[in-house]
Amino acid sequence: MSEPILTLSGVHADIDQYHILHGVDLQVPRGELTVLLGRNGAGKSTTMRTIMGLTRLRRGEVRFNGESIGGLPTPEIARRGIAFVPENMGIFALLSVRENMELAANSGPIDESRLEWIFRLFPPLKRFWNRSAGNLSGGQKQMLAIARAIIEPRELLLVDEPTKGLAPAIISDLVGAFEELKAQQATILLVEQNFNFSRRLGKSVAVMDDGRIVYTGQMADLAEDDDLQKELLGLSLGAHA
Amino acid sequence: MLNTILSGDYPRSRILSVLLVAIFICLALGPFLFSGTRAFTTLGMICIFIVVVASYDVMLGYTHIVSFAHTMFFGIGAYAVAMAIGAMGSSFSAIGLGVLAAVLAATALALLLGMLSLRVKAIFFALVTLAVAFAFMSLVNQLYTITGGEDGLRVRVPRELGPAFRLIESDLYGFSITTFLSGLFTQPWNLGEVIRESVYNVRVNGRVVMYYVCFFFSLGMFLLMLRMMNSPFGRVLQAIRENEFRAEALGYRTVYYRTATVVLAAVVTALAGVLFALFNRYVNPENTLDFELMVFILLMCVIGGMGTMYGAVVGATLFLLAENYLQDLLRVIGGLVDGVPLVSGLVGPERWLLWFGVLFVLSVYFFPKGMVGQLRVWADARRRRRETG
Amino acid sequence: MSAQYEMLDREVAQGFRQRFSQFREHRPHLFLLALMVIVPLFFMDLVTWVTLTVSGLAMGLMLFIMASGMTLTFGLMSVLNLGHGAFISLGAFSGATVIVFWMGDLAGSGSLGATMLALLAAFVFAMAVAGSLGLLFERFVIRPVYGDHLKQILVTVGGAIIIMELIHVIWGPNEIPVPRPNLLRGAVILDDAVPLIGGVAVETYRLAAVLLGLLVYAVMSWVIDRTKAGILIRAGVESTEMVEVMGYRIKLLFLGVFIAGSALAGLGGAMWSMYQEIITAHMGETLMISVIVVIILGGLGSIKGCFYGAILVGLINLYVGYLAPVFAAIATVGLMVAILMWRPQGLIPVIKV
Repeated sequence: MSEPILTLSGVHADIDQYHILHGVDLQVPRGELTVLLGRNGAGKSTTMRTIMGLTRLRRGEVRFNGESIGGLPTPEIARRGIAFVPENMGIFALLSVRENMELAANSGPIDESRLEWIFRLFPPLKRFWNRSAGNLSGGQKQMLAIARAIIEPRELLLVDEPTKGLAPAIISDLVGAFEELKAQQATILLVEQNFNFSRRLGKSVAVMDDGRIVYTGQMADLAEDDDLQKELLGLSLGAHA
Repeated sequence: MLNTILSGDYPRSRILSVLLVAIFICLALGPFLFSGTRAFTTLGMICIFIVVVASYDVMLGYTHIVSFAHTMFFGIGAYAVAMAIGAMGSSFSAIGLGVLAAVLAATALALLLGMLSLRVKAIFFALVTLAVAFAFMSLVNQLYTITGGEDGLRVRVPRELGPAFRLIESDLYGFSITTFLSGLFTQPWNLGEVIRESVYNVRVNGRVVMYYVCFFFSLGMFLLMLRMMNSPFGRVLQAIRENEFRAEALGYRTVYYRTATVVLAAVVTALAGVLFALFNRYVNPENTLDFELMVFILLMCVIGGMGTMYGAVVGATLFLLAENYLQDLLRVIGGLVDGVPLVSGLVGPERWLLWFGVLFVLSVYFFPKGMVGQLRVWADARRRRRETG
Repeated sequence: MSAQYEMLDREVAQGFRQRFSQFREHRPHLFLLALMVIVPLFFMDLVTWVTLTVSGLAMGLMLFIMASGMTLTFGLMSVLNLGHGAFISLGAFSGATVIVFWMGDLAGSGSLGATMLALLAAFVFAMAVAGSLGLLFERFVIRPVYGDHLKQILVTVGGAIIIMELIHVIWGPNEIPVPRPNLLRGAVILDDAVPLIGGVAVETYRLAAVLLGLLVYAVMSWVIDRTKAGILIRAGVESTEMVEVMGYRIKLLFLGVFIAGSALAGLGGAMWSMYQEIITAHMGETLMISVIVVIILGGLGSIKGCFYGAILVGLINLYVGYLAPVFAAIATVGLMVAILMWRPQGLIPVIKV
């Protein structure tokens, strides 16, 4: 196995006066989809924001492609090849879909063939290309958010809870899109509460609790082990499996 | 005793205490320590502006409400009494009516501003007050038939407050500190002569009475506001300043408290405006309503130290001394570099405000707590060093 | 039959009323503008109305140029620059220096080319001076106090004092008269034969100001709507964080906007100097009041709102100034208070308040 693309070691971070991350150690292997699980408030989103430099790294190290990126300004981190889809999707509602995409393509004009591919993944984006993004439905906004992240090839995709608040039909569309990305050997770190969703996609998995990583392993192992699920996530998949 | 007077809120710094005591003595014995009209006027203005700045501090420092309408309320007080005297002739009942009108008008306008601020974000409040204050000033300028427009109004004070009135028939003696000090440094061998020269006659006329009215008003108002800021009311204001959301969650209707603060500050300033009109005996838009005056109040408050009350005393005193005497100093410096084209322009006596502006910006960056805050920081550091070492 | 018609009438009336209230809610700027333009017609004759309206537009467009920078800096980085007025003054003095002292001959020559050259030089110089000072101001005065409104208000007021004092140092404490270039003096008078508005006289300079103002608005709209920088600005007004996530340095963008805004304030000041034909270091302070009203009216951060807000302020100033001069300033501020009561977020809000 090759060296992980992203390594967090002993990462501490605070939001205002609250200490959120208490020494996160995490490795994201290259070319795989890694799922980050955990209860609400475990620090999953903060971990992602810290990787992006949106929350200040107080202690510890973040290495990307072998270089330390902890403490770099956010735009610099993004330019090194990390795309981030935040929990609230971060759509520019007053901009059109096209303008949203043009901004996301930060190295130049949009590549037409890649855009065609994205339109195939998310057909509504083509239909509403010149409409303002604020008028899209929740699912379409999520599609736009992911489309923005992949409009240019990125080395690492951070996606924070893409299924949050979406209808099941749309979720299966998203699964399709992620499957296709996986097939292209994209490296993805996915925060997810919806275990059914993440189980179908994830290869490796990490579980957070109280600002630390408490479990890392293969998704297949976790999916098999009911007791472990109960212990880590407080739920059992037995009923759904 | 002292604890009660100061409401348990001590200066908490030795240098500050010395400074405050010195200012208190100078103001209390003012007419007997400094001779000449210029010094007399400066002293009176310091008394009045301590109140103006302290009431501004209640808003800015204790509640973080930025208002640019403070001069409007000051002007309301000044114009109310000036117009009342103009209409009814100089009498104490005219003054009383003026005070009543000032308080009512200030309360009404402050309530209006407070209500308006409910509709907008806190940051807008500064902009809204700026615009409203400007509209008020332009109205005063335009309605010259009753306000005198830009020429302003002369205030004929009752005889008891004028120069012709004698409280005590015989003159008292004063001892001029400035004469004494300058004599002490220039001719220390002649100490007897210096002391004799320093003694001067003080005629205890209505002007001196008026000065003491200002002084005691200033003292009383200051202690009252100090008391209020150390009461539960003041604590709530500070809680709102630190975290409005949490204060609201704890059950305090922050809106009421904010409005109450604005009204309180407005009324106190209007009263100070009344005294200004009576002391200065001349009211015009420039000396009561101008935006520049508003900025001066802001400077006094910030340089003195926001949210400390004592900052108002130090800031107002320092600023008014600078306004009146820094020009002399700059004239001296300007004399030294006379002829150097740009430099002499920068240090000319009329450029005192430039240097105050620089001082102000630097103090916001480096001493955001102002002089009082910084003195306290140093005092704390010293105390800690002594405890550990 | 008649009952049917009545019902139809009522439906039509209802439909109309509904459309009207929809128009009022969705296009508040156009609704207000229409109201503002139509109501004065009842109080004056048409010729006066035309003259006042053109003058109001001229004033409004100059205000727009001055205010646009301030509204964008607030929208983009939530920075409240109360020192903006000082840039207006600075632009006025810089422009006047060119038009009066350096190129006085050209401006007075009466030839079109020479006048244009002098004007262009004056405007460019005003923008360059104000823009460069904007660069220094952003780096040294504003950058250390990002995210702290109280300190922003304090340091920008302090910065404005310093700039105004420096104007005194450089140009002296006195007012400076700024004569308009010969070509822009006088008025354009419509022939009496023109129906209804024959005999209307509009000052040439005001017409020129309207044209230049519209040009600036057109260019600015183009930049904001069509260019990548414009998309970035609009995106930044919505979320600076996401702009950074996409790899753009928001601070650089903001610096650029601040410089452009300062330069525009300078341009507005230079235009205003010839409009008033006299300048003082404090002119910016007075204009700031109108600028503040404009940006509150329009909705902070919105260029379009700023445009309509400025025109409303210009018009109300001229109309009320004609009908009841005493209340001109009160009317402007009253308009602001009324709008705040009606729509606290402004006419065309772009940021969630």
